[in-house]
Amino acid sequence: MSTTETTTATETTTLQKGYVGQSVPRREDKRLVEGQGVFFDDVKRHGMGYLHFVRSPYAHARIQSVDVSAALALPGVYGTLTGDEVAILTDPFFQIAADPGGQVKDYALAVGKVRYLGEPVAAVVAETRELARDAAELVEVDYEPLEVVVDARASLEDGAPVLHEDCGGNLSYTGVWEWGDVDGAFAEADHVVSISQLHFDRFNSTPLELDGALVEWNRGTGQWAITTNNQFPGFAVIMMAPAMRVGTDKLRMITQDIGGGFGNKITSHPQLVACCLLARKLNRPVQWTEWRTDFHQSMSHGNERWFLDTEVAVQSDGTMTAFRTKAIDDAGAYLRYEPLGGVIWSQVAPGMYRWRNLRLEFTQAMTNKAPVSPNRGYSRMQHLWFTERIIDIVAQELGFDRVELRKRNYVQPEDMPYETPNGCVYDSGDYPRALDLALELIGYDTVEQRRAEAVERGKLLGVGIGSTLDSGTNNFGQSQLLNPELQFSGNNEVATVKLDIFGEIVVTLGTTPQGQGHETTAAQVVADILGCDVDLVHVRAGHDSYWNSHAGFSGTYASQFAVTGLGAVKGAADELAEQMKTLASMVFQCPIEAIELADGFARIAENHEAALPFMALGAIPNANNAGFPVDPPPMNARFVFRPQFDVPDKEKKFGNLTLTYAMQIHACVVEVDPETGVYEIVDYAAVDDCGVRINPQIVEGQVMGATAHAIGAAMFESFVYDDEGNLLTPNFYDYHVPHALDMPPLKTSSVESPSPFTPLGTKGMGEGGGGGIHCVCAALQDALRAAGGALVTDSHNPYHRVWDMLRHPERSRDTVEVVKQ
Amino acid sequence: MSVNEPITSAVVTVTVNGTEGEHEVPVRRLLVHFLRDDLDLTGTHIGCDTGSCGACTVHLDGVAVKSCAVLAVQADGATVMTVEGLAGEELTPLQRSFHEHHGLQCGYCTPGMLMSASALLAENPSPSEDEVKVALQGNICRCTGYWNIVEAVVAVGKGEAA
Repeated sequence: MSTTETTTATETTTLQKGYVGQSVPRREDKRLVEGQGVFFDDVKRHGMGYLHFVRSPYAHARIQSVDVSAALALPGVYGTLTGDEVAILTDPFFQIAADPGGQVKDYALAVGKVRYLGEPVAAVVAETRELARDAAELVEVDYEPLEVVVDARASLEDGAPVLHEDCGGNLSYTGVWEWGDVDGAFAEADHVVSISQLHFDRFNSTPLELDGALVEWNRGTGQWAITTNNQFPGFAVIMMAPAMRVGTDKLRMITQDIGGGFGNKITSHPQLVACCLLARKLNRPVQWTEWRTDFHQSMSHGNERWFLDTEVAVQSDGTMTAFRTKAIDDAGAYLRYEPLGGVIWSQVAPGMYRWRNLRLEFTQAMTNKAPVSPNRGYSRMQHLWFTERIIDIVAQELGFDRVELRKRNYVQPEDMPYETPNGCVYDSGDYPRALDLALELIGYDTVEQRRAEAVERGKLLGVGIGSTLDSGTNNFGQSQLLNPELQFSGNNEVATVKLDIFGEIVVTLGTTPQGQGHETTAAQVVADILGCDVDLVHVRAGHDSYWNSHAGFSGTYASQFAVTGLGAVKGAADELAEQMKTLASMVFQCPIEAIELADGFARIAENHEAALPFMALGAIPNANNAGFPVDPPPMNARFVFRPQFDVPDKEKKFGNLTLTYAMQIHACVVEVDPETGVYEIVDYAAVDDCGVRINPQIVEGQVMGATAHAIGAAMFESFVYDDEGNLLTPNFYDYHVPHALDMPPLKTSSVESPSPFTPLGTKGMGEGGGGGIHCVCAALQDALRAAGGALVTDSHNPYHRVWDMLRHPERSRDTVEVVKQ
Repeated sequence: MSVNEPITSAVVTVTVNGTEGEHEVPVRRLLVHFLRDDLDLTGTHIGCDTGSCGACTVHLDGVAVKSCAVLAVQADGATVMTVEGLAGEELTPLQRSFHEHHGLQCGYCTPGMLMSASALLAENPSPSEDEVKVALQGNICRCTGYWNIVEAVVAVGKGEAA
């Protein structure tokens, strides 16, 4: 196998060495390789009905009428739901946006209008999946088609068709983000490079398991039990409960195994509401499993973004002092998590560089396309791609060496912790060293020789670097920079750890893992703290809001488990350890300081004969407490981990927005066929630094997966719309995701710079895939230098686009100018 | 039933994971839905509508097929093996190898991967890396990037699985 690992630690961790830091084999695996995982679609209930959505065939149309009578007449159909009913039974979803985006009226089903192709208009529930689908075909919807706009730039122009009349246009959010002395930096610049247009393409990570739920209505308690794969239940209930006019406790959210998420499973709340309404209306369990085409047409596209009129100020020694640009972000038809993308990018405003003067005018538009939602690397990936494009374009146009230009401008290890111009704090890292490692892995010192060899074979060889940050553990206070009225700030996660009657350690998480191995890593942390065998620690699979081990931000998203999730686990385990020592000290009548937890016992450190097995400790408070002179500690700890954050300064848009900054440097070598534009990645390296690695094998798995997503996005994956708003890539035939044969040889390596700000020295990670998009773009640009010198201005470069660049290098060259030599 | 009435259901006899049974199924029911919904063998998954992803791969008379592209009635008289039928008392070397090489994350594609890979290994007990990639080209994984999956299958052929 071509994968090699060269792991190098920069510093030693301060944590006691035990299970933490070892590649403990994943405990989730056994059930999954036996086909015994329980995904939502595997759960059945007596009498349940299958739900199928009737979807709009138009991207923009007025709904004249909806007639469900023929569907209802079909034997075996249990019932239907229409937008008119939804508008009576629910309120529009709460909007994160201030006005104008705040005026969007978004419901579980389309009300009055449809605004993208595939939007749910009605729902049918029937005895079988097949029947529900047949019955949905019988629902008659009368549409009056309206003019369509699919280009974010065009949607903001006067006279463009308006999606949401209440918003007075298609603008959802606009704001100027400026720090430092931008005009001054440009006035003093030796060079100014202008780039008229860059485009980050629309795609998403298409988890293999589709969205869905089994929803049960309890008519006695008025509560819904929602077995689902939503990956951010905390957010879902905040959206759903007010719309449904119930308290959040009426929505019991349950997950077990989830078939991939990548952020794409955050915004299923409209469909979940439709399921809840039907479960209540029909008084029977309702099962909804999305179809692949439904997902592609309607769920969770990544943010498409334009960067217009970019200017970069550069000193003659290569020091980059400032940039300014206008970003236009395409939110699609509804704001389901947006406009948060309008602030999330600023977690990494200067990228990995020491830019001190920045100006970015962020404008978000609504278009007749599927709504966007977080997608692995959410909003930072787009911005970091932009900063990396700047570096490579500036290097090429001004004749700087790309490696030296990066090293000169990177935030340096001695700068850490580093405060960015907008008040974010990069916690730790050694970017130049990681770059050296990546270059070494792809054999950078032999590149010119290989380039010459490739020429002999008629190929153009190029090398690219992609440096990227994976900021993790959000300060939700950043949402107030978009909408000062919002009452969200900080972050939290919960875990409980208890000692049961027979000495079993039981851990409950608030998170909703989708393959990240939380059961394994949580057990590692707990076993080290309690001094016991890792197999003694039982970590419950999945999430259940009945467990009372969740808080408002509970879920698995935005690179934070290793910080918030394991921070909560550590906190609860520390508390339980204290309780166990206290109980042992009561039994032995000795000071608590004399007790240690080791080898599965609570014992007197100086006298190992005086030892209580965990079973004895668990039994006392739980089942054997008569005659005990005082209340024994409960052997049950619940801990809420809360990172220390302040609400950012809303005027200056200044403050710390995320707790940790994992870092990735990707580097690759491509070979381009100049006759056809077909190219191949022939060498690839990914270097990751996420601080202390609890389980290196799991970390490497995340690095690999993110890399694969990036390669797919760079080469194959795109949500392409025609002018009428038809999605041209609605399934896995037209939307090609990488297969085994598409993957290049991969080398991985790591640097370990512990975070000074987290309980375990960890950083959230897993979203570093953007580096792959950046490095493929950079490698293509490098390869094309010898064939006209086209500049890569799009994040997505299928073969035909490369062919275009080979044939017409002037088209991209004309978009870039050195205005000040 | 009049001669003009369409046939809507049929009785099939099928042996699934060693157990023979007679089942009345709607003639339009896909094999994957028959396995999942009628037999409650939910290890076989569904990830697309187009026969592209391979999450539903099972063995039909020993051949790896996508069970979303086969009607249940077509399995009449056949022998089907699903992921639930792979392991006996112990995991198979292939299952263990996926575990040891971290060849799975969310586990959703895993049953299909295991069925395609086990069909390959039955024919070619010691496949090369390229042969494994070809055999798995009909199976999509969105978590792992395939590297560890390919490594896991190659390792079985080399006898490296514990």
